[in-house]
Amino acid sequence: MAATFKFELVSPERVLLSVDAEQAIVPGADGEFTMLPGHAPVIATLRPGVLDVSAQGSKKRLFVKSGFAEVDPARLTVLADKAFDLDDMTPSMLAAELKTAEAELVGAKDDEARMIADTLVSELKRLSSRAA
Amino acid sequence: MASLKDMRNRIASVKATRKITKAMQMVAAAKLRRAQEAAQAARPYAERMDAVLSGVAGRITDKTSGSPLLIGTGKDQVHLLIVMTAERGLCGGFNSNIARLARQDAMRLIGQGKTVKIMTVGRKGADNLRRDLGKNIVERIELAGIKQLGFSNAEGIANKVLAMFEAGEFDVATLYFSEFKSVILQKPTALQLIPAKIPEVDSSAPKGAMAVQEYEPSEEEVLGFLLTRNVSTQVFRGLLENAASEQGARMSAMDNATRNAGDMINKLTIKYNRLRQANITKELIEIISGAEAL
Repeated sequence: MAATFKFELVSPERVLLSVDAEQAIVPGADGEFTMLPGHAPVIATLRPGVLDVSAQGSKKRLFVKSGFAEVDPARLTVLADKAFDLDDMTPSMLAAELKTAEAELVGAKDDEARMIADTLVSELKRLSSRAA
Repeated sequence: MASLKDMRNRIASVKATRKITKAMQMVAAAKLRRAQEAAQAARPYAERMDAVLSGVAGRITDKTSGSPLLIGTGKDQVHLLIVMTAERGLCGGFNSNIARLARQDAMRLIGQGKTVKIMTVGRKGADNLRRDLGKNIVERIELAGIKQLGFSNAEGIANKVLAMFEAGEFDVATLYFSEFKSVILQKPTALQLIPAKIPEVDSSAPKGAMAVQEYEPSEEEVLGFLLTRNVSTQVFRGLLENAASEQGARMSAMDNATRNAGDMINKLTIKYNRLRQANITKELIEIISGAEAL
């Protein structure tokens, strides 16, 4: 059996997922990085994107909307503002998310908020076009 | 002297009241359990946040150049009090306890010549503070109609606070809410929000793993991100604690009310029976003395 680390996805409201994972691909603000057991400790902020987790032979694809990840050799904790499992998402739900994200983009006040909203919109567009 | 019919009506009305308070107590008990679960579920996030934040902030050695969210604006002239209360009454001293603590602090600050601004969350707090401090209330947020408090509610409040802070409208922000200790004990608490009070780093924790830590994109950016996020997390925590406290307070208040109604029914029933017996005795005496007179 491959070495594992503890993967936890936590939203402000509750713990969404807690598994022993072999590998996770995290959408960091400076680019994606792959987390394997024994990774050097890092604290990284996230951009909106897809988090790939491989655990016990199964793969999970989770969409996270900003947050940060805390990495140490035996653990990966992702604190996300909003996250959902892509397998549970229907195209109509994606469309609804996309709509709120687009409204956010229009209402964004500064460059930073606009940039985040923009990434979010394009990510969601990509996902919904794939799902369709 | 009340007639027998009046007394019967009185007893019936107290019984109806008892049914209502009993029902409210049970509703509060069910809601309390949900509120407690929500507070429990939110704890891991807040704990990780605290741990990471204290880790990062502990490494910032230069205390003068940090973010104003952490070190403040260097003044403490204008204070913002964020007073969180319930939307509804009938929960014992819950609302007035929070309002009293906030009012005391506000009066003390005004006495020291500071400017006080008040933001109320929840209708009852605004009602409570309007008389003495009405002109100090700058913002009223009402959360009526929200069934399940979500993080987005907290974010909305936090964003307003942050926008005000960036506009230089205040120097120090303090959050007032009721800490949930137990069903019968809720403690009104003041928590300093800006500048952030960083929890002390637990010195007994193993240092080795945390000592070398990398930050992406950079330490400053991560810290900045964490500090803004921390405001909404604390607000969210306050909201959840408050929700649990409110239901706890309402439950014990309604429990008391139910018990009082029960006592009252007992007393009234005894009085009613005495009156009934007295009436019967009186009637008997009347009949007997009438018969004897013949």
